[in-house]
Amino acid sequence: MIDVENLRIRFGDREVVKGVSFSVKKGDSFGIVGESGSGKSTILRAMAGLNESWEGRIAFGGEPAQLKRPPGFFRRVQMVFQDPYGSLHPRQTVDRILSELPLVHGMDNIDKRIVQALSDVALPQAARFRFPHQLSGGQRQRVAIARALIADPQVLLLDEPTSALDVSVQAEILNLLSDLREARNLTYILVSHNLAVIAHLCGQVGVMLNGEMVEQLSAQDLRVGKTSHAHTTELRTLSVGLEEPA
Amino acid sequence: MLVDIQNLRIAFENRSSRFEAVRGISLSLGAEKLGIVGESGSGKSLTARALMKLLPSNAAISADRLSFDGIDVLAASEKQMRQIRGKRAGFILQDPKYSLNPVMNIGRQVSEAWRTHKGGSKKQALEAAIHLLDQVKIRNPREVAGSYPHEVSGGMGQRVMIAMMLAPDPELLIADEPTSALDATVQAEILRLIEELVSERNMGLILISHDLPLVSHFCDRVAVMYSGRVIEELKASELLNARHPYTKGLLNCMPSLTHPRDRLPVLKRDASWLTA
Repeated sequence: MIDVENLRIRFGDREVVKGVSFSVKKGDSFGIVGESGSGKSTILRAMAGLNESWEGRIAFGGEPAQLKRPPGFFRRVQMVFQDPYGSLHPRQTVDRILSELPLVHGMDNIDKRIVQALSDVALPQAARFRFPHQLSGGQRQRVAIARALIADPQVLLLDEPTSALDVSVQAEILNLLSDLREARNLTYILVSHNLAVIAHLCGQVGVMLNGEMVEQLSAQDLRVGKTSHAHTTELRTLSVGLEEPA
Repeated sequence: MLVDIQNLRIAFENRSSRFEAVRGISLSLGAEKLGIVGESGSGKSLTARALMKLLPSNAAISADRLSFDGIDVLAASEKQMRQIRGKRAGFILQDPKYSLNPVMNIGRQVSEAWRTHKGGSKKQALEAAIHLLDQVKIRNPREVAGSYPHEVSGGMGQRVMIAMMLAPDPELLIADEPTSALDATVQAEILRLIEELVSERNMGLILISHDLPLVSHFCDRVAVMYSGRVIEELKASELLNARHPYTKGLLNCMPSLTHPRDRLPVLKRDASWLTA
């Protein structure tokens, strides 16, 4: 479904992604972990078409993505951002936020689609005419997910979808994401610095260090500690050490 | 007793309504490490801010006792509070990106904190600042002192914040989500650093966070807050024996590397938690 080959991204003279390759099958999820500045979000933004200065090959469903994405692309690939406080327009109601994409793409039955999208993410219909500031953080992230789903996409690019949320809300959003994946056969690419979140949602994991993907392994291997690169081992040890109460 | 809070209540009022955000909290703290854990909106930050009298003017505070080292905070004048804030109690905030002055270099910011409370010449203060930066384990303190906040990483920025707070040798350190803006790896380093410094200097620490297992690694005691009340207080080492369903739920709803689960248990909030 998704093939990334030898992706290189540079900002000015500095190369921040140095030849990354991976592929994801339809219905699977691929997780990218790494520290800040390792280039993980940069990869995601290039895939979403938010950055046009990249080299290499990015293909969705066998079709190489062009530098300038055609409108139809955004019907198939959607992105959810980290901070639901910053990614929703503060002066627009949820209704307006959700109707933007169907209007741009000339879709029909917008009203029905919004009702459906809200119920897909388990938001009450009453939320439709609220403003983002009248919703909680978890509800806002649900709106952001609904906005991505309304395009009826095949691929969701998730950039730290739960790191701005409380752990109790995080559990709800993670459950929602795995339910949606199952119901709609979605393909996810999830970026996070939390190994436990990645392993929960993804089958395959890629570990980034200084712009390179130093290791790719299955979530199962990560869980049992079959790591080969020192950085992966370090991240795992730290995560395991801190997740158990003292 | 360094901090003594009895029956603290904080309410927000406007013309038509009144909302009580903190509803009768009692906590006390000596030279030890206390973690306050709860979701957003549970009142944990408000409690810490009330102790420093840093609440907005529309907040109504009442308490049977709210004292810092015997000083009645509610009755204290603004002048007395300035003797406590920064000097005797340091406050580390969540995101160094927003809490450092972007147009002042790091050396000057840290030495300003030192000079305000200790006096001395600018040169002395700068030397002291460099020494402090060294204490928070910045490898090249002299170089970092000359750089601006945007030139350093998030973890480094948080170290600078800690150095600044340590400058006047406070007795209490309040850290309000000091690492939630940072990476997992850096997070552990910073918390370890805070814990080390606090133990070394025999200070009190109030660590506020929403990550219960994480906090338990760095504190002696943990108070769990829900909807403006402390619903359970227990030793960090006894966290696994927590009795309240909310505490158990918080521990249980986190995804885990070593214990995989298909679905995460979701907190079922019980109306009785509000009053129990």
